[in-house]
Amino acid sequence: MTSPAEDAAPAWPAGSGPLFLGVRHHGPGSARAVRAALDAASPLAVLIEGPPEGDALVSLAGDPQMRPPVALLAHAVDDPGRAAFWPLADFSPEWVAIRWALAHDVPVRFIDLPATHSLAFTEGDGEGDGRPDGETDPDDGGAGTDLDPEARVQALRIDPLAVLAEAAGYDDAERWWEDVVEHRAAADDPFAPFAAVGEAMGALREEYGDGGHRRDLVREAYMRLQLRSARKEFGDDRVAVVCGAWHVPALGARTTATADRALLKGLPKVKSEMTWVPWTHHRLARHSGYGAGIDSPGWYGHLFGAPDRPVERWMTKVAGLLREEDQPISSAHVIEAVRLAETLATMRGRPLAGLTETTDAIRAVMCDGSDVPLGLIRDRLIVGDVLGEVPDSAPAVPLQRDLTRLQRSLRLKPEALERELELDLRKETDAGRGRMLHRLRLLGIGWGEASAGRGSTGTFRETWRLRWEPELYVRVAEAGVWGTTVHSAATAKAESRAVSATALSDVTALAEQCLLAELTDALPVVMSALADRAALDADVGHLAQALPALARSLRYGDVRSTDTAALGEVASGLAERICVGLPPACAALDADGAAEMRGHLDGVHAAIGLLPDAPDRPAGDLAGRWGAVLRKLAARDTVPGVIRGRSARLLLDDGRLPEDEAARLMGLALSPGAPPADAAAWIEGFVGGASGGGMLLVHDERLLALVDTWLTGVPAGSFTDVLPLLRRTFSAYEPGVRRTLGELVRRGPAGGGPRPDRPEAGIPGFGTGIDESRADAVLPVLRLLLGGPPPVGHDNDNDNDNDHAGVAR
Amino acid sequence: MTMSETSATTAGTVGGTVGGTAGAEVLRPHAEDAFADELAALAGADDRPRPPRWRLSPWAVATYLLGGTLPDGTVITPKYVGPRRIIEVAVTTLATDRALLLLGVPGTAKTWVSEHLAAAVSGDSTLLVQGTAGTPEEAIRYGWNYAQLLAHGPSRDALVSSPVMRAMAEGMTARVEELTRIPADVQDSLITILSEKTLPVPELGQEIQAVRGFNVIATANDRDRGINDLSSALRRRFNTVVLPLPATAEAEVDIVSRRVDQIGRSLDLPGGLEGIAEIRRVVTVFRELRDGVTADGRTKIKSPSGTLSTAEAISVVTNGLALAAHFGDGVLRPGDVASGILGAVVRDPAADRVIWQEYVETVVRERDGWKDFYRACREVGA
Repeated sequence: MTSPAEDAAPAWPAGSGPLFLGVRHHGPGSARAVRAALDAASPLAVLIEGPPEGDALVSLAGDPQMRPPVALLAHAVDDPGRAAFWPLADFSPEWVAIRWALAHDVPVRFIDLPATHSLAFTEGDGEGDGRPDGETDPDDGGAGTDLDPEARVQALRIDPLAVLAEAAGYDDAERWWEDVVEHRAAADDPFAPFAAVGEAMGALREEYGDGGHRRDLVREAYMRLQLRSARKEFGDDRVAVVCGAWHVPALGARTTATADRALLKGLPKVKSEMTWVPWTHHRLARHSGYGAGIDSPGWYGHLFGAPDRPVERWMTKVAGLLREEDQPISSAHVIEAVRLAETLATMRGRPLAGLTETTDAIRAVMCDGSDVPLGLIRDRLIVGDVLGEVPDSAPAVPLQRDLTRLQRSLRLKPEALERELELDLRKETDAGRGRMLHRLRLLGIGWGEASAGRGSTGTFRETWRLRWEPELYVRVAEAGVWGTTVHSAATAKAESRAVSATALSDVTALAEQCLLAELTDALPVVMSALADRAALDADVGHLAQALPALARSLRYGDVRSTDTAALGEVASGLAERICVGLPPACAALDADGAAEMRGHLDGVHAAIGLLPDAPDRPAGDLAGRWGAVLRKLAARDTVPGVIRGRSARLLLDDGRLPEDEAARLMGLALSPGAPPADAAAWIEGFVGGASGGGMLLVHDERLLALVDTWLTGVPAGSFTDVLPLLRRTFSAYEPGVRRTLGELVRRGPAGGGPRPDRPEAGIPGFGTGIDESRADAVLPVLRLLLGGPPPVGHDNDNDNDNDHAGVAR
Repeated sequence: MTMSETSATTAGTVGGTVGGTAGAEVLRPHAEDAFADELAALAGADDRPRPPRWRLSPWAVATYLLGGTLPDGTVITPKYVGPRRIIEVAVTTLATDRALLLLGVPGTAKTWVSEHLAAAVSGDSTLLVQGTAGTPEEAIRYGWNYAQLLAHGPSRDALVSSPVMRAMAEGMTARVEELTRIPADVQDSLITILSEKTLPVPELGQEIQAVRGFNVIATANDRDRGINDLSSALRRRFNTVVLPLPATAEAEVDIVSRRVDQIGRSLDLPGGLEGIAEIRRVVTVFRELRDGVTADGRTKIKSPSGTLSTAEAISVVTNGLALAAHFGDGVLRPGDVASGILGAVVRDPAADRVIWQEYVETVVRERDGWKDFYRACREVGA
C-alpha cells in the first residue's frame, strides 16, 4: 500500500469533503482512473452505487475462486422471476473499487436503493418505470435490468452523454466519452478527470433536472442518507464514493436529511434475496438479452489489461486468432494494420485508434475486405467468450428455489428410487407436472424420461419414468444461467437452441417440445427459426420430413388448447415450398432415392390432409395445389415409376382422378415401350403397400386385366428382373386378397365384370348376382350398428340405405 | 494492333491528346477535367498536411469523393454515395503507401471511385491498365519499340513505358482495372513493383525506382466467372476495400430511377418515370433475392446464383420502359418488367428456377397490391 504522503501524486486535501468518483459503468478508463484516485486518496471507506443487500456478499469478491464477469443477482423470494442483475467485469470501476478496498482492508458499502424496494417497483407502480436499477440511466450504462419486459418501456428521457457529445461535435456519445475520458492517458492529478466530469454533469443537471429519470431522485436521496452516515462514521473527507457520473451533482447537493427521508417514505417492499452468479461477456454485450450497455467487453477488457501499446497488442491478438483459424497472417499484416489504424485515427481526428479504426484496418488489411472473418473476431475477441466463476460458498441459484417451489405445489417429490408416473393431462395438477417435466428435459435436467404409455394411446395421456440423481442439482445450477424460474429458463434455452440449430428436423422437434412444455413465449422465436430453416433448406426431403411432425404438433396444440396459428402458418408455408420443389426433386432418382421419396410423398400427403386451410385462402386451396403437384408427377416421364404410380394412386383415392384416367395412366406406364423394371415399379407404387391396393385390383377388373396383359407380355429375359419387385408388391397383401386375386387370374381374362349369362364364370364361393333376401337379412344389424331410424316399410328401404351410406362415409 | 502500340497509345494520352479528340466534344471527359473547378477550390481551401506529391490532403480527397461545402461556400458534389468509412479507409490506405484493391460485384462503382481517387490524389486518372484475359506483361512493365531496337540496339529510347512505369517515375497513381481478369503470371509482375517499389530492366542493366507518391489502385470483381484468383503474395500487398451494394431500398430506388432517366433520355424513349412504383418493385425483388430475406426482415428466402446488382436492375427497368414505349401504352406495367426480372434471376436453369418459383409463390403471392405482378410472373414463368 502506498502512503499518500510518499506518493508523487497529490493526496486528497483535507477539508474538501467526500471524494466523488463519477464513472461510466464498465468503462476501462474510468476503472483505471478510479484505481489511481483511490491509491492517491487512501479513503477509510468506499461507498459504491449498488444494492445494500450485497454488503454481506462483498467479501466473496476477494475469494480466489471468484472470477469476473460476475453479477449480483437480486430476486424476490416468492417470485424468482422478478429479478435484477448488477453485472461486474474486470474492467468495471465498481469491481476495481471493491477489490481495492478488500486488498486495503477498508470497508465497502453499497449505497443504492435496496433491492427490496427496487424489485417492488417492477410490479408496476403506475409510472411504467419499474427498473430495479436505471439500466439506461445515462451514465449507468450497465447497472442492471429486470426480466419484466413491460418495465423496459421507455419514457422520453434525455441521454446526458449524447447532449455533451453533440456539444463537442460528435455524433456518437460512446465515442465521445471514449475519446475524452477512457482513452486519455493518466494525468498527473488523479482527481482532475473526476472533477471535470462532475462539473460537466452538474451543468447538465442544472439544465435538465432529473432528465426524465424520476426514480433517480428517490435513489439519490437514499444514497445521500447513506453518505451522510458514512461521513459521520469515518470522517468528512475520508470517504470515497464510486457512482455513475450522472449522480455526482445530486450526491454533492446540500439537502436536509428530513427532506431525503420524506422522499423515501412509503416505498413498496418485497422480500428479496441476493447472490453472486457467473456472468458472461456475451451477456454484457448490448445485443444479447440482458444487455449491460457495452458493445465490446472484450475490447474494454483488453484496454484495461494491456500495460501499454494497446493497438499493437490488439492487432497481435487478432492475428493470433486468425492464424488459429488457418488464415495466413504474417507479421507484415500486423504492421500494416497498425499503421492503417493509426493513420485513420489521425485522419478522423481522434487521439488514439479506437475500436472503429482498428476494425476498419483489420478488415482492409487482414480480412481482404470481407466481413466474414470479422464476425469471428467480434465474437471471440471484441465481445469475447469469457465465462465468470463464483465460489461454491455463494448462496444457491434461484432456479433451484423455483424448482423446489414447483415440486411442492405439484406434490411431486424428488426421489432417488425409479418410479413410473401416469399423467392424465385433463387434470390440472397432472398437466402442470407434465409441463414441468417437459421443461426440465428441455433444460437438460433429466429427472423424468417420457416412456410409451401402456394403456391408452390418447393424446391426453403421458407416462413418465422418474428418478432424481444427486448430480441433477449440479445440472440445475448450470441451467441457472438461462433464467431464474423453470419457465423462463426453459424459454430462454429453447429460444437459444432454435437460433443455433442447423438442421430443419432439429427445429421441428424443438417446436414439438415447446408445445408439450407449453412454452408459448418461445414459440414465436422457434417458429421464425423454423420458417428460416425451411426457406433455406434446398433439400425437399428435409422439408417433407419436417412437415408430418408439424402437422402432428398442430393436432397436439389443439388438444392442449395452445395458440397454434403461427404453427399453422409455418406448416402451410412449408407445404407450399414442397409443392414447388417436389416435381424437380423427383426427377432422375435411383431406386433407393425413389423409394425414400415415395415415403416422403405418403407422409406429406397425410400431413396436408391434416393441415387446416389458412383463413385468408379459399377452402381446399392447399389440397388443390397438392393435387396439381401429384397430377404433374403422375404424368411426367422422367419421374421414377414408383413415384408416378404412387401419385396416381393417391389421386385416385382422393377421388381427384377418374377411374378411366387411372386406367389410361396405367396403360401408359405398362405399355410395351416402357422398360419392364420401371413398369413393375409403377405397379409397386400404385397397388403396393398395405393400404388396400389388392382390393383395388379385386374390384376393378379393368386394372387387373391391364396388369395381367402386361405381365404376360414381359419378355422372358426381363421377367427374372421384375419378379422380385412384383413378389414384394403382392406378398404384402392379406392372404384372402391374394387368394381372390389368384382365383380371378385363373378364371382367365374377363372383359367387364361378372356376366349374368354365364353363371359358372362367377368367382368360386360367390353367387353370380345379389341374393336380395339374404342381403335384406343384414339390414337390421347394420341399423343397430349405425343407429339409423327403424325400418318403416319396405318402400323406405332405399332411402334408409342412402342414409346409412351417408353416415358411414 | 500490336501490344507495344497499345502501351504507346495509352501513354500518348497522358501527354496531351491523341488523334482528333482535341477540339471535338468528347463523349465523356476525364474526372480531373470534369471536376477541375471543385479540385481547384479544394486545393485552395486545403491547409492540412499533404503526403509527398499529393495534390490534396487525405481529408480533402475524402471530401472530394463524399461531397461537402467548403468554408468559402463552394459546394462539392458527392461522387460516391455510400458509407463514409469506405472512402476514409481507401484514402488512408493510399496515404500509407499501400496499394488499394477495390473489390465488389459488378455495378458497385469500383471504376468510378478509382478514377476519382486518382484524379484527386495525383490530378491524373489516365495512367490506366485495362485488365483482360489477354493483357500482356508489357502492359504492366514495359515494351520495346522494335524499329528503334533493331536500328540502334537496346537503349532507354527503344523502351516503351507502361502506365505503371510512368507512374513510378513521376510519383503518380496508376490504375489497374479488372485485376482478376489478368492472367496469373502477368499479375505476378506487380509483386516486385508493389513490395520493392522498383522495376528492373535487365536488358539495359538499369532499374526504375518509384518516386514517393507512387501508388496503385486496382479494381476487381470476385463473383464473376472466368477470373484468376489473386495469389496470396499479391493479395498481401493490397489493402482491400469492398464496395457494398446500396444499403437501403430508398437509396437504390433513387440510383436506379436516376440512371434509368438518363439512359431513357439518351435513347429518346418517350414517356417519363410514371412507373416509379414499378421501379420500386423491381428494386425490392432484387434486394430481397440478393439478401435472402424479405424487406420486412421476417421471412428468409433462397438467393439465386446471379449477382442481381443495381446495374442489372437498371437494365431491367430500361428494357421494360422500351417494351412499354414501343409495344405497350407507354406506362411501365408489371408485365413489362416480369420477363426481364425472370431473365436476370434465373441464370442457372435448374436451381434458380425453383428459387424463383418459391419466391413467387411464398412472397409475391401473399403481398398486398402485388396481384397483377404475381399474375405477370405466373405468365412468364409457366
